[in-house]
Amino acid sequence: MTTLLAILVDGSIYASWLFLVAAGLTVIYGVMRILNMAHGSFYAIGAYSAASLVGWWFTGVGGNPYVSYLLLVGAALVSGLVVGLVVEFALLRRMYGKDEILMVIITYALLLILEDAVKLVWGVDPYFTYQPYSLMGRSTFGGLTFAIYDLGLVGVSLAIGISLWLILNKTHKGKLLRAVIHDREVAVAMGVNVKAMFAVTFAVGATLGALAGALTAPAISVSPGIGVEVIVLAFAVVVVGGMGSIGGAAAGAVLVGLTRAMAVHLAPELELFVIYSVMSLVLAVRPQGLFGRTLVRKI
Amino acid sequence: MKMTQSSIARRALTAAVATAALASATTAQAAENGKFRVGIVTFLSGAAAGPFGVPSAHAAETVIDALNKGQLPAPYNTKGINGMEIEAVIIDENGGATKQVEEFRNLVERQKVDAVIGYISSGDCLAISPVAEELKIPTIMYDCGTSRLFVENKAPKYVFRTGLDAVVDNVGAARYLADTRPKMASFAGIQQNYAWGQDSWVDFVEAMKHVKPTAKVAAEQFPKIFQGQYGAEISALSVAKPDVIHSSFWGGDMEALVLQGGARGLYDGKTLVLTCGETGIERYKGQAPNGTVIGGRGPFGAFAPKNALSDWLRTAYRAKWSDEPIYPSFKMAQAILALKTAVEKAAPAGKQPSSDQIVAAMTGITFESPSGTVKMARASGHQAMQGIAYGEYHYESGRAVLKNVKSYADTCVTPPDGTNGQEWIKAGMPGAKCD
Repeated sequence: MTTLLAILVDGSIYASWLFLVAAGLTVIYGVMRILNMAHGSFYAIGAYSAASLVGWWFTGVGGNPYVSYLLLVGAALVSGLVVGLVVEFALLRRMYGKDEILMVIITYALLLILEDAVKLVWGVDPYFTYQPYSLMGRSTFGGLTFAIYDLGLVGVSLAIGISLWLILNKTHKGKLLRAVIHDREVAVAMGVNVKAMFAVTFAVGATLGALAGALTAPAISVSPGIGVEVIVLAFAVVVVGGMGSIGGAAAGAVLVGLTRAMAVHLAPELELFVIYSVMSLVLAVRPQGLFGRTLVRKI
Repeated sequence: MKMTQSSIARRALTAAVATAALASATTAQAAENGKFRVGIVTFLSGAAAGPFGVPSAHAAETVIDALNKGQLPAPYNTKGINGMEIEAVIIDENGGATKQVEEFRNLVERQKVDAVIGYISSGDCLAISPVAEELKIPTIMYDCGTSRLFVENKAPKYVFRTGLDAVVDNVGAARYLADTRPKMASFAGIQQNYAWGQDSWVDFVEAMKHVKPTAKVAAEQFPKIFQGQYGAEISALSVAKPDVIHSSFWGGDMEALVLQGGARGLYDGKTLVLTCGETGIERYKGQAPNGTVIGGRGPFGAFAPKNALSDWLRTAYRAKWSDEPIYPSFKMAQAILALKTAVEKAAPAGKQPSSDQIVAAMTGITFESPSGTVKMARASGHQAMQGIAYGEYHYESGRAVLKNVKSYADTCVTPPDGTNGQEWIKAGMPGAKCD
C-alpha cells in the first residue's frame, strides 16, 4: 500500500515537472512548427538566473525568505522573455519558412552557443540555492514524507496547463493562434499578423522553459549541462503526447512519470529503459503521438 | 560567496585559454627554451569542472607559480623543476576519450611537453594509457580511480598514478561503518548508473560481506547520471528503511541528493555515507545532516594530515582563490610534486633528463606530499599506495567540522600488488593488515 501511494505521489510530482519542461517546447512546435533544441538552454538560463538572484537575496541582502518565491518567478519571466525575444528577433525571424530539419539544426547550433554563453556568464561551479526548497518544510502521509515544495509543483503545473488551455480555447487571441496552427497561409490571408503571433509564441515558450528551470533550481545543484539533460526527456514527453498538443504533453508527462515511478519502486534496474520503451510503444501504435494530428501535406 | 566562486571559475577558464593560446604560439621544444613544459589535463567545462576540474586547475596554478618562485617548504624549496622554469599547458578534459587521445597527441607532438599530468575520468585514463606508452611520454594520472588501469596496462613504463584505486574508497567506507556502527543491520545504495557507480556499489557490498556479514542489502537504486531529480528513489529508500545509505554520487548529483533527501527526512535515524562527500564540505551549509559520513578518496583535502606542505597548500590556495582546497586540489599538488621529485632524481641540477630517465627515477619512488609520505609501491612501482580516512560531517556555528575521523593504513585497504581489486575483496581481502 505504501509502495502504491509512493508510486502515485512520486509519479505525479515527476509528471508535473516533466509537463513544466515540455509545455514550452510543445507550444512553440504547435504554432511555429519549430522543433526547438534550444529549449534546454532556456531551462538552464531560467535555473541560473533564479539561483543567482535567490542566492544574492539570501546571502547578499538577507531579506524576507518568502520573497524568494517571487524572485524565482520574476527571474524566469525576465530571463525567458528577454532571451526569447532576442533569439526570435535576431535569428529565427530570418529563418521562417525554411525546412523543419534545417530549423532543428539552427536551434541545435543555438543550444551550443547558449550553453557556452551560460558558462561565460555563470562559470562552471554548481549553484546550490536550497533555501526556497527547505523553507516550505515537509508533510507526512501514508507513512511517507514529501517536500511541500515538490507537492506545490503539482499545483503550479496544473495551473499552467489549465491557463494554457483556457487561453488557446476561450480567448480571442487563442482562436487566432489556433487559426495559425491549423493553416498559416489562410490565417495570413484573413489578416492575422502571423509575425507578431510567432514572436509572442516564441517568447511565451521560452519563458515557460525558463520558468521550469527556475522552479527546479532550488531542488537541484544548478551546474553546466542541465539544459542538455532536460531536452532529451522533454522530447520524449512531447513525442509521446503528440507534437504541438498541450493535452498531449500533459498525457505524455503523466504516462512517463507514472511508468518511471513504477520502475523505480518495483524494478529499479529498468528505470532508464521504461521511459524510452513507453515512447517506442506509443510511436509504434500511433506514430503521431497520443494526441497528435495526422498532417495533410500541401502540394 | 557564490558570485566569488563563479568569478574564480571564469578566471580559471580565461587563464586556461590564455595559457593554451600562448603555448600553441610557441611550439619550440621545451629543452630549447630552457623550460620544463607540463601538460595539465582536467575538466574546465562540463559537470565535473566545478567539483573537481577547476579546484585541480587552481591547485596546479598555485603550486607551479610557487615552485617557479621557490616558495614551497622543504624538500621542494628549490626553484622550478631541476632549476628549469615550469611551463604549464592546461587542456580541458571535457569531450570524451577520443577527443582526449587527440589532445594528448597534440600535447606531445605539437606542444612538445616533457610530461603530462591529468585525467579525472576513468574512461580517459584507460584511453590515454596505451597512447602514453606508445609516445613514450611520462604521464601521471592524478585522480581517476579505475581498477582496470594497471590490469589493462600490465607492464607500465611511462604511465603512473599518484591517486588511489577506487577499491580503497569502498573498503575504507565499509571498515569505517563496521567500526563505528556495530549495530547496523541493513544498508542501501544509490549510485549513478555508469561504471563508477556500479563498481563502487559492488566493491562496497562485497567488502561489507566480510567486515559486517550480518548487515543485509535493503535496497539499491541506479538513477541516470545528472538526473538531478531523485523523488522516486528517495521514496523507495524510505520504504526500505535501511540503517545506512551509501552513495558514490559526486558533484551536482551529490548535492541534489543531500538536499532532496534531507528535505524529505530520508536521513532521519539513518547514516548517509558519501564516498566523495569531501568536495561538498564547504557547500552543504547544514543541508547534509550532522553525522553524515564523508570521504575524500584518500588522505586528501579536509582529511590531509597536518604538515608543512599541507599548511602551505591551504594558505597559498586560500590566498590566491579565496576558497578552501578540496581533495582534487591535493591530488593535483601531489602529482606535480611527484614529477619534481623524479626529475630532480633523474639528472644533475639544471640538466634536462630524457623521458626514460624520468620514468626510471619515478618508478617505485617515495616522496613527500601535502597528504603525507607517498610510496609508489603498487603496479611495479607505478601506483601510489596510501591509506584512507573517513569522518562525520557536522555543521556547527556556521562552520563545517569533521568529527570521529578514523584513518586506515594503506595495507588495510589496498589489494596486494598484481591482484584484481574486486576479486581481492570477494576473496575476503586476504593479507590486509589493519592495526
